[in-house]
Amino acid sequence: MSLLEIDNLQTHFFTSGGVVKAVDGVSYHVNRGEVLAVVGESGSGKSVTGLSVMGLIDAPGRVVGGSIRFDGREIANLPSHEMRQLRGARIAMIFQDPMMTLNPVLRVDTQMVETIHAHRDMPKQEAWALCRDTLGRVGIPAPDERMCAYPHQFSGGMRQRVAIAIALLNKPDLIIADEPTTALDVTIQAQILHLMQGLVEEDGTGLVWITHDLSVVAGFADRVAVMYAGEIVEQATTDGLIEAPQHPYSRGLIGSVPSRNRRGARLAQIPGGAPPAVNRPVGCRFAPRCAYRMEGCAAPQVLRDNVRCWRAADLPAFEEVLA
Amino acid sequence: MVYVIRRLLQAVFLALVMSFLVFTGIFAVGNPVDILIDPEATQAERVRLIAQLGLDRPFHEQYLIFLGNVLQGDFGNSFVYNRPALGLILERMPATLELAFAAIVIAVVLGIPLGMYAGLRPGSAGSQAVMAGSILGFSVPNFWQAIMLIMIFAVMLGWFPVSGRGQVGEFFGVRSSLFTLNGLQHIALPAINLAIGHLALVIRLARSGTQEVKAQDFIRFARAKGLHESRIVLVHLLRNILIPIVTLVGMSFGGLIAFAVVTESIFAWPGMGKLIIDSIRQLDRPVVVAYLIVIVVIFIILNLLVDLLYSLIDPRIRLDGAKQ
Ligand SMILES: Nc1ncnc2c1ncn2[C@@H]1O[C@H](COP(=O)(O)OP(=O)(O)O)[C@@H](O)[C@H]1O
Ligand SMILES: [Mg+2]
Repeated sequence: MSLLEIDNLQTHFFTSGGVVKAVDGVSYHVNRGEVLAVVGESGSGKSVTGLSVMGLIDAPGRVVGGSIRFDGREIANLPSHEMRQLRGARIAMIFQDPMMTLNPVLRVDTQMVETIHAHRDMPKQEAWALCRDTLGRVGIPAPDERMCAYPHQFSGGMRQRVAIAIALLNKPDLIIADEPTTALDVTIQAQILHLMQGLVEEDGTGLVWITHDLSVVAGFADRVAVMYAGEIVEQATTDGLIEAPQHPYSRGLIGSVPSRNRRGARLAQIPGGAPPAVNRPVGCRFAPRCAYRMEGCAAPQVLRDNVRCWRAADLPAFEEVLA
Repeated sequence: MVYVIRRLLQAVFLALVMSFLVFTGIFAVGNPVDILIDPEATQAERVRLIAQLGLDRPFHEQYLIFLGNVLQGDFGNSFVYNRPALGLILERMPATLELAFAAIVIAVVLGIPLGMYAGLRPGSAGSQAVMAGSILGFSVPNFWQAIMLIMIFAVMLGWFPVSGRGQVGEFFGVRSSLFTLNGLQHIALPAINLAIGHLALVIRLARSGTQEVKAQDFIRFARAKGLHESRIVLVHLLRNILIPIVTLVGMSFGGLIAFAVVTESIFAWPGMGKLIIDSIRQLDRPVVVAYLIVIVVIFIILNLLVDLLYSLIDPRIRLDGAKQ
C-alpha cells in the first residue's frame, strides 16, 4: 500500500466565468521514502492537486470527485478538525515564495513553536530546543540567535530553509514541496535540493516535489508524473522518462531541456500554449499542439501503460526524433 | 535615542510655529476690548484697561511677551473668568479625555471583531448587516444620532441619564468618572455618540485589512502547519491588520479631544469643548490660545506614541521611519 494514493481527483473552481476544472482526473501515488516529481507547465494544476491533498482548497473551489488515500485512509472529504490534525503533523507542505510564506510580524521561534503546540503538548523550553536543533539541521548558522530574528532578517534561501525546518518539526510521513526553489538563485536552488534529498532520506519521508523545471528532476526524484491541463499524461521512473519519454508532451518537455540538446543545436520548443481550464478539448487535451495529431485524437484519452496517448506505441523512438 | 531627541526637537519647533499661527489668527479675529469693557465706561477707563491688558502694544511685542510667558508656563489670565487660562483648561481636560477614551475603546473593541468577521465571511447575512450599519454610522449626522440616543435610551427607556457627568471615583491615584457605576451610566450615551463615526471607520479598515491579509501566502502556510483557526485569526491575521487601525486610533483620538464640541454641548458634558466654544464667542483670547496649544501638544504626543507602537507591531519598521 502506498503512502499517498490519488485516484481520478477532480478539483473544480466555480467562478462567475464558468467552472474552472483545474484538476480533472489526476491519479498518482507516492511510497514511503520515495521522491515523486510532478512536472508540468504552470497552470496545469500541480499546486491545486497538492492543496487538495492538504484540504486547503477554498471556495469557490471544491474537490468534486475522486479519492485521496493517505496511509490507507480516505481523506478527500475529511471533517475540518480531523484534516487539521493531519496538516503539519503527518503531511507538511512548503510553498514557492519564501518571501511570502513566513508571517512578517512574528518571530521565527514563535512561528516554529506554535507548529509543535498545534499538534502535541510539550514544555515550552523543550519545544524551543527542538525548533533550534531543527534550524541547525537545515543548515542555518547560529540557530540560537536566528530563532529570535524576524523573517525579513533572513535571505530568501535562508527563509526557505526555515520553512523546511517548520515542515520537518513534527516528523511528517509526507512532504509536499510546491516549487520550493523556483524563486531562488540557481546556486541556492542546488543547495536546497541537496538538503531536501538528505533530509527525506534520513527520515524516510515521502516527498512530492512539484516543479515546472524538468532539469531539476534528474538524479533527485525516483519517479516522475507529467501533468498537462489538469491531468497526468505520463508516469515513469526518472531514468525511464528521461531516456525514453512516451507521450508527445513529455517528449517536448525533455527536448526543451538545454543539456539534452547537442551543442549548437536549436532548443526544441513546444508550439502554442495550454488550453484554458474553462473550455478544454473533449479528446486529447494536447492534440492542438501535437506534431503527431490524427483524427483519432479527438476521442477521450485514457491512461494506458502509464501513458495517456493512444498512439504512444506507434510513435517513432525518442532518439530518432532528436537526431 | 537620537530618534527620540530629534522627534522632540521637531515637536518643539512645531509647537512654536503653531503658537505663532494661533496668536496671529486670534489677533486678526477681533478686538476683545469691545466685549470686555462696559459700554458705559469712560474713555479714561477704557484706555487704562487696554494698557493693563497690554493690547496697546504693537503685534510683535504682544507676541514676544506672550511667548516669554508661555515658556514660563503662564498663558495669561482669562479675560472672562480672570483666572489662569491654562488652569481653566486643565480643570476640564479629564472630563474630555475620559469621554474620548471611552469612545475610542468602544470603537476599537467593537470595530475590530466586527470588521474581521465581515472580512472573513464576506457575503454572509451577518457581514452585510455589519457593513450596512457602518454606512449608516458614516452618513447619519452626529447631532441627530445624539438626539435619537437621548430619545430612545434616556427618555423612552430611561436606562441612562439625559445629560451631565456622573460621580468621580479614584483608582490608583487617577480620578475619573469611569470608576463609578453612576459615572459609567452618565458617560454611556455621549461616549457611544462620539464613537459611532469612528466605529464605522474601524470596521471598514479591519474588514479591508482582513480581506487583504487572509489571501496572503503566510496565512495559507499557517493553515498548512495545522494551526487552529482561532490562532490564525487572532495572532497571524490580527497582528497584520493593526497598523492602519493604530494610525486611525491615534489620529482620531486627537480629533475626538479637539472636536468633541457637539457631543459635549448636547449632553452638557463639562469638558474642554464647551469651554472653548464659550471662549471663542467671548473672544477670550488667552483661553483660546492656551487651548489650541494644549491640543497641538496632545497631537504631537499621540503622533509619537503611534510611531513607537508601529515599531512594536511591525518589526520591519525601524524607528527612523525607514522600511527595511
Ligand atoms: N482560486 C482559484 N479560482 C479560480 N481558478 C483557480 C484558482 N486557483 C487555481 N485556479 C486555476 O487552476 C488552474 C491550475 O492552477 P495551479 O494548480 O496553480 O497550476 P500550477 O500547475 O502552475 O501549480 C489554473 O488555470 C488556475 O487559473
Ligand atoms: Mg503552482
